[in-house]
Amino acid sequence: MSSDQKAPTVLSPDHYVAALDESPISGVDVVSLDEKPSNLYIDAWRDLRRRPMFWISSALIIFVIFVALFPGVFTNTPPNDECFLSNSLGAPTAGHPLGFTKQGCDIYSRILHGTSTSLSVGLIVIALSSITGIIMGAFAGFYGGWVDTVLSRIGDIFFSIPYILAAIVVMSVLSEHRNVWVISLAIGAFTWPSTARVLRSEILRVKNADFVTAATAIGLSRFRILVRHVLPNSIAPVIVVTTLSLAAAIVAEATLSFLGVGLPSTFMSWGNDISTAQVDIRTAPQTLIYPSLALTITVLSFILLGEALRDALDPKARALR
Amino acid sequence: MAFYILRRLLQAIPVLLGATFLIYFMVFAMPGNPALALFGERTPNPAVLAQVEARYHLDQPFIVQYLYYLGNVFRLDFGTSFSGQPIGETLLRTFPVTARLAALAILFEMIIGLAVGLWSGLRKGGVFDSVTLVISLVLISVPIFVLCFLGQFFLGYKLGWFRSTVSAGAPIQDLILPALILAFSLVAFNIRLTRSSVIETAGNDFVRTAYSKGLRRSRVIPVHILRNSLIPVTTNLGADFGILLVGATVTEGIFNVPGVGNTLYKAIVIGERPTVVSFVTVMVLLYLVVNILIDLLYAVLDPRIRYVK
Repeated sequence: MSSDQKAPTVLSPDHYVAALDESPISGVDVVSLDEKPSNLYIDAWRDLRRRPMFWISSALIIFVIFVALFPGVFTNTPPNDECFLSNSLGAPTAGHPLGFTKQGCDIYSRILHGTSTSLSVGLIVIALSSITGIIMGAFAGFYGGWVDTVLSRIGDIFFSIPYILAAIVVMSVLSEHRNVWVISLAIGAFTWPSTARVLRSEILRVKNADFVTAATAIGLSRFRILVRHVLPNSIAPVIVVTTLSLAAAIVAEATLSFLGVGLPSTFMSWGNDISTAQVDIRTAPQTLIYPSLALTITVLSFILLGEALRDALDPKARALR
Repeated sequence: MAFYILRRLLQAIPVLLGATFLIYFMVFAMPGNPALALFGERTPNPAVLAQVEARYHLDQPFIVQYLYYLGNVFRLDFGTSFSGQPIGETLLRTFPVTARLAALAILFEMIIGLAVGLWSGLRKGGVFDSVTLVISLVLISVPIFVLCFLGQFFLGYKLGWFRSTVSAGAPIQDLILPALILAFSLVAFNIRLTRSSVIETAGNDFVRTAYSKGLRRSRVIPVHILRNSLIPVTTNLGADFGILLVGATVTEGIFNVPGVGNTLYKAIVIGERPTVVSFVTVMVLLYLVVNILIDLLYAVLDPRIRYVK
């Protein structure tokens, strides 16, 4: 609007007078009750829903879990019992779409049956490392002081040993007790510090928030504040780290099995199959390529999920996208 | 600065002690008498067994044994392998090869990582950026031994660009393929780190100031953006080194590089426990020392670090 019509004469034309805001006070004060309540997780879900990466990775993961639980749905050939040396390194035939290993076993069936090994190692490792990591990180971050010093130094020590190297030592020592639980323990014992570190720094950020002061003011105990108020608000980055460490644990199991300190050859494991196939890479690359492909796709699906979750849960990552 | 270095070194002592203790504990607190392992299937004469136990201090309490072990580690005495060779000598012989491989791998990683990361960071959301994102996610997902076989099969065998295995003496041209593969296993994370760091730096006021002073892009990008983006990338070198150690074990084993990793790989395969433990101990010590050095480098690059607390 032009100031020369409304402006009083005492003001020079340089002065600008804002128009009177005539919206009623009730209109300013009213809270929209129809609006859905929102928090970090609801926001994250709304964000995730729109991401193709999230849907693709979820579909892949559900498929992988299904294969792990019911490999028999996809094949009738047992992975180990119907191996004929006459089929050694054989080309694909009807019912055996990917050909045969050196021992004459069906590659397709071995891959399907190996899924549950990889997946259970991954799940046990993340269960171990997130339980330990959450306890250590939560106490260190929330209580601070000497608790923080002690717990963080313990974490530093475990963090200082690359986990595959540590697992190599554990597994070569326990050479007579190699099974899914032992290998998961060997990996999980050294992966928890990354969870603890992420949670600790997030708790340090959250614990001075107003809602924590409010909870203290109404007289909640420290432990209750930690469990009910601080943890739910700082767990988001842990979810991301956990998804990515599941992928890392699957790779670690395959690497250890490949090196020969993982699961014994009686177990169906992609790492074992790749290890056995390496001598025949020139004559029969399919024996190596298909298990590698299965391994890569499984790992990739968890990494994609982790990336999608990170973008949705971490506003800082979103800004850099 | 001197104070910072001192503090950092003091902080490293408990971690060093803890890490060696942990390795020792994992090996020697396990069930089974390691002295018995020397006799294989046979039942040894108790007198001989006692002598062996006394020689390796196995009759002492755990903590005393640990102190003996620690003393040996600090005198760089790593015992002998099953074949009677001093493990320290094997280390000295194999270390230069691995150092060459690792240096080459880090060089490739930095060149590819910085170039690709910078380009996709500057053109955020562009075609190059999106393609890089997809490729780097796939690269992260491929385990290193699969990368090795793919490289060996396609580049070494099918195309014949490189030798599939390294010849004796490990000349540098033979190390290019294993080093490239090691670099590829690391580069994806480096690209993403460089990219996000470049995006963050490019949004700063000082970059806008530099442009508004009339500086050309050819000066602003290397001097103002890239240099300030390097700090997180440098810090990540420490974590890279850990992956490199494990990666070297696999890569050297597959390409038959006569390095530290290959010796460890062979020791694992034949189940030579003392060599495995000694090599892992050395690798962990190396990893710790490298990380301390990188922390110090970090303090040189970023003055803010020195003044915290």
